[in-house]
Amino acid sequence: MTITIDSKVPAGGIAEKWDNHRFSIRLVNPANKRKYKVIVIGTGLAGASAAATLAELGYEVEAFTFHDTARRAHSIAAQGGINAAKNYPNDGDSIHRLFYDTVKGGDYRSREANVYRLAQVSNEIIDQATAQGVPFARDYGGLLDNRSFGGAQVSRTFYARGQTGQQLLLGAYQALARQVGLGTVKLHVRSEMLEVVMKDGRAAGIVTRDLTTGEVSSHSAHAVVLATGGYSNVYYLSTNAMTCNVTAAWRAHRKGALFANPCYTQIHPTCIPASDEFQSKLTLMSESLRNDGRIWVSKTAGDTRLPSQISEDERDYYLERIYPSFGNLAPRDVSSRAAMRMIDEEKGVGPLKNGVYLDFADSIGRLGKETIEARYGNLFEMYERITDENPYQGPMRIYPAPHYTMGGLWVDYNLMTNIPGLYSIGEANFSDHGANRLGASALMQGLADGYFVLPYTIGDYLADFLNTTPVPTTDPVFTEAEKAVGDRTRRLLDTKGSRSVDWFHRELGKIMLEHCGMARSRSGLEKALSEIPALREEYEKDVRVLGEADDLNQALENAGRVADFFELAELMCRDALDREESAGGHFRVEYQTEEGEAQRDDVNFSHVSAWEWNAGASATKHAEPLEFEYVKLAQRSYK
Amino acid sequence: MDLKLRVWRQGGAAGPGGFKEYNARGISEEASFLEMLDIVNEELTMAGEEPIAFDHDCREGICGTCGLMINGQPHGPQQGTATCQLHMRKFGDGDTIIIEPWRALAFPVIKDLVVDRSAFDRIVEAGGYISVDTGSAPDANLTPVPKEASDAAFDAAACIGCGACVAACPNSAAQLFTSAKIGHLNLLPQGQPERLTRTAAMVDTMEEFFGSCTNHGECESACPQGISLDYIAQMNKDYLRSQLADLRRSGQK
Repeated sequence: MTITIDSKVPAGGIAEKWDNHRFSIRLVNPANKRKYKVIVIGTGLAGASAAATLAELGYEVEAFTFHDTARRAHSIAAQGGINAAKNYPNDGDSIHRLFYDTVKGGDYRSREANVYRLAQVSNEIIDQATAQGVPFARDYGGLLDNRSFGGAQVSRTFYARGQTGQQLLLGAYQALARQVGLGTVKLHVRSEMLEVVMKDGRAAGIVTRDLTTGEVSSHSAHAVVLATGGYSNVYYLSTNAMTCNVTAAWRAHRKGALFANPCYTQIHPTCIPASDEFQSKLTLMSESLRNDGRIWVSKTAGDTRLPSQISEDERDYYLERIYPSFGNLAPRDVSSRAAMRMIDEEKGVGPLKNGVYLDFADSIGRLGKETIEARYGNLFEMYERITDENPYQGPMRIYPAPHYTMGGLWVDYNLMTNIPGLYSIGEANFSDHGANRLGASALMQGLADGYFVLPYTIGDYLADFLNTTPVPTTDPVFTEAEKAVGDRTRRLLDTKGSRSVDWFHRELGKIMLEHCGMARSRSGLEKALSEIPALREEYEKDVRVLGEADDLNQALENAGRVADFFELAELMCRDALDREESAGGHFRVEYQTEEGEAQRDDVNFSHVSAWEWNAGASATKHAEPLEFEYVKLAQRSYK
Repeated sequence: MDLKLRVWRQGGAAGPGGFKEYNARGISEEASFLEMLDIVNEELTMAGEEPIAFDHDCREGICGTCGLMINGQPHGPQQGTATCQLHMRKFGDGDTIIIEPWRALAFPVIKDLVVDRSAFDRIVEAGGYISVDTGSAPDANLTPVPKEASDAAFDAAACIGCGACVAACPNSAAQLFTSAKIGHLNLLPQGQPERLTRTAAMVDTMEEFFGSCTNHGECESACPQGISLDYIAQMNKDYLRSQLADLRRSGQK
């Protein structure tokens, strides 16, 4: 199909765009909403909030999750908080400042209009969540408390101990459960979307596999919303939950949806370092720890002494030294690369020399153990459970790990992909974080999309289809898609090779981490682009998946997801190779400043790279130019 | 370390199940319990035997997906710890470990160690929410909430919905789960308008699926989030009130 990229950013001043847009787009009359059916895939923050809100508005909603209940999605693991421009602390925050910080934090690679809208609705999210009973932290006067986060010089982060994601997701889940109880949302659990179905160039529905019985079935609707999260598990080891995957987005991509900026991935600076080869995932420690923890390594390379034996003047508090004004709160990409440099200089700590220290001794001395325990108690406990070390007595060891993916399905201002009727929200889309996401902005974006953006913008598309019925699932487009899903399953089971799915996934992860991770180079990416297809071919010939198609079969589920990761990995490397600049989480070693910071090329790369799938050939790039009218482009400085 | 596992294998809810023995060899003390099972599964796959099905996801102790009966204890021997956060250093070389699914009538086995906990969702759908449509919320600081109330609500809201409380209970009762969900909302000012109808609806739904509470307290000690039995007392009090109150006069019906 011919693809035209139209971001549909409304006219007017940045502060008026969203208002103007809401006024000018078409609405669906309240009495007519029940005549439309919308499918929502995924029940994390974005999906659950969207499904609940659409149902409240009167739409008929069918929601799908591959989890056993709608409350499990990985949004639940977000620890630190959610940003909003409430300015409750009276420290100079505003919608404009949140907008500005977010665009700057994203290294000037996001769409201004989207980010401004995000900042505008941020306050409504806090109101909504509080009304739902989300127990945000409060001070003794009973009012909401805030804390600071990386990349900002104001305190705008609302939090619920170290479990903000859990509490916000439970809020959205409860709103969804209410609609399920009222019968306005039909929820399918343990049900995985394996194909997007199109008819006459529009999204017509989906094909799912019931993970308990293996039954493949079709579901049709007027519109389909993908809220299926990010793809950090392409690296095998990441902070994502084990089942996080790219399959839903990738299936849409293969049907023509553009995949934007796949190389923009975020490595989170504060994770517990891997302890061994068999490690199945990496555990994140909230970035909020950097509020009170100081990061350091020994000034001497190869120092094997215990931290307690290294005196104050032998320590290098390198973030405070290099970035005096932001110090330990420098943005994630900057902090991660600084840690990587320390380890490259053989200053890594711990048994495998793969970490840096995060030290609370000063804060405990200044504030007392009790205060630190109240702020981070659950994180300290988690650290001790995993490492068997007590962080009240000695410093934690931390190291960066793949965490979040800014890239995703390309969407316009309405959050619709280039396939009419197919929407993408939350981490699954590419829209608001540019080349680097600031801490506490993922929860904000997921809920902004789900509660306050999509439910309005979707009406503009649906208005055309009043009194039409969705394509029947007996239509050949559905039966063909079901057959394709069945064939793919069969192929995986029939390969009967000699290696497990996990073995291949680990090998893919190693290639990606080495060549398309924290630092990337032309030669490395070219190497990856020759290794990945070879490994994929081997996968197709030699993977071993036991069990049956018509039964709960976790290896089979995983096998399909890993197959899609192979194709995504190739596109990520291609995108990283094409983007001959460094921006945010995308760091090309050839393009750096003298101090080793990311060097953008605004003349040639101030655009979104949106890739089109070509079966059997390399993807085609479409560029959406980024224009900055309200933010002044600058070399980011956190000094 | 080397371990002997006795693992419950079962084809489906109806199918017969039974224990099978496996050896886990050369397991590191640093491995998590689920990583130990990953290793066993990889060996089973290589040996041509279908891997053991078990539920898990975040492996950070927060999603509540995992849950195994380990030597007769939900989530195993470490207090306040979900299965995924349990590490092998809590076991000794040569130990025999018995691994079973949650055992409760309301949680039928789907396969091997995977159970269906959807009865929990039915309880929440009955009233485990505050009815506030998107967009209708007032400013978040309009209603101050005493810090103590907010903290107590949080302690209840920390429930991860894993089902260990039910698995631990000799009656397969779900009082701790239900009271945590109720307690979270009933302690907050925002939750007051629906307090009594919520409590009645959720308790009545719970009774459809689960056994009755006889105050053993096993649930509290099995709970990976350390949720207190106090919430059950509060739930019982609110339930009693809901039954006694003149629902019409209090504007609830």
